[in-house]
Amino acid sequence: MKVVLRNPRRELDVPAPISVTALLQRLELNRESVLVIEGDTLVPGDAVLSGDSVVEVRPVVSGGCT
Amino acid sequence: MKCRVCRGPAVIDVRRQNANYCAPHFLRMCRDQVAKAIDEFEMIERGERVLVAVSGGKDSLACWHILRELGYEADGFVIGLGIGEYSDRSTSYARAFAAERGLTLHTYDLRAEDGFDIPSAAATTHRVPCSACGLSKRHLFDKVARELGYDVVATGHNLDDEAAVLFGNVLRWQTDYLGRQLPVLPARNGFPRKVKPLVRLGERDMAAYCVLAGIDYIVEECPMAAGNKHLGYKEVLNQIEEQSPGSKLDFYFGFLKRASAKFTAHAEAEQDALVPCTRCGAPTTGELCAFCKLVERTRRHEPAVSQASS
Repeated sequence: MKVVLRNPRRELDVPAPISVTALLQRLELNRESVLVIEGDTLVPGDAVLSGDSVVEVRPVVSGGCT
Repeated sequence: MKCRVCRGPAVIDVRRQNANYCAPHFLRMCRDQVAKAIDEFEMIERGERVLVAVSGGKDSLACWHILRELGYEADGFVIGLGIGEYSDRSTSYARAFAAERGLTLHTYDLRAEDGFDIPSAAATTHRVPCSACGLSKRHLFDKVARELGYDVVATGHNLDDEAAVLFGNVLRWQTDYLGRQLPVLPARNGFPRKVKPLVRLGERDMAAYCVLAGIDYIVEECPMAAGNKHLGYKEVLNQIEEQSPGSKLDFYFGFLKRASAKFTAHAEAEQDALVPCTRCGAPTTGELCAFCKLVERTRRHEPAVSQASS
């Protein structure tokens, strides 16, 4: 399964099927700091990704001034 | 996972609420939380003109979208900060958002109007880029809102932003900043009220809102924010939140409820001592405000190329 990561943009191949929770553990990502997107919608934590489409793991944390 | 409201399939979990939502009910929850914040902190009255400070990022575009959905008269304002291609790309998202929805977007180019940009300001003044950027934005939000007759400036600061700033201010006991860290700063000396309608929502919520509402935003991080201390604070707070959902909300709203008032008297005394900047009229402690000093100092050190292009 193709997984797209951002900042910087890169692609990884991950064996499917895999649950969203397991994918984030594998990538060592905090679920508070990312969204998992398949197509144009979100994928919840308990969903199993079949590998039929590209999955984006999008960071949600932005910094800068206040 | 099932939606807390309709029991249909959920697309997102909101752990601090111990709840899951389908797309329509998640969008409604976000709007409800903004409406609740506006009401709770008396941010905006019906009929007031709101200027939303937008960057092209998720928070400011979601803020603008929600305020319009809630029926407020909200226009946008974007500043070209001159941070290379990043600024061009981020402002293009703001322009596209406005154009697709037929909304009014005011624009301001820092280099064209004031003769400098954020990278040059940071280099000449030896300020952290985010410091020069924040100073410039706060000044220009005030200036443009006042010139164009807006009653309120709304920014996209969310719960994560406020919790991270509070964390930093508490770490160093910056009592003057703690006294001003409020969801609403009242209008003063002819300058508009400033409000933060997203304080009840996290930045994961705002990114999810944009995806589900079909709002295209710049995902890339500002290249000048790398290593910013607030990013580090957010990382720490997210580790705590993962172990103990709701911690960020309790931290920030606990501060507002139990501690904030202890610091406001000090901050108000400081505000009362402010005088108008002799050049632009902005409130300041000295003759020139920090922005006018920044303009003066940066222009003195501008490279010849910028002079030639003007």
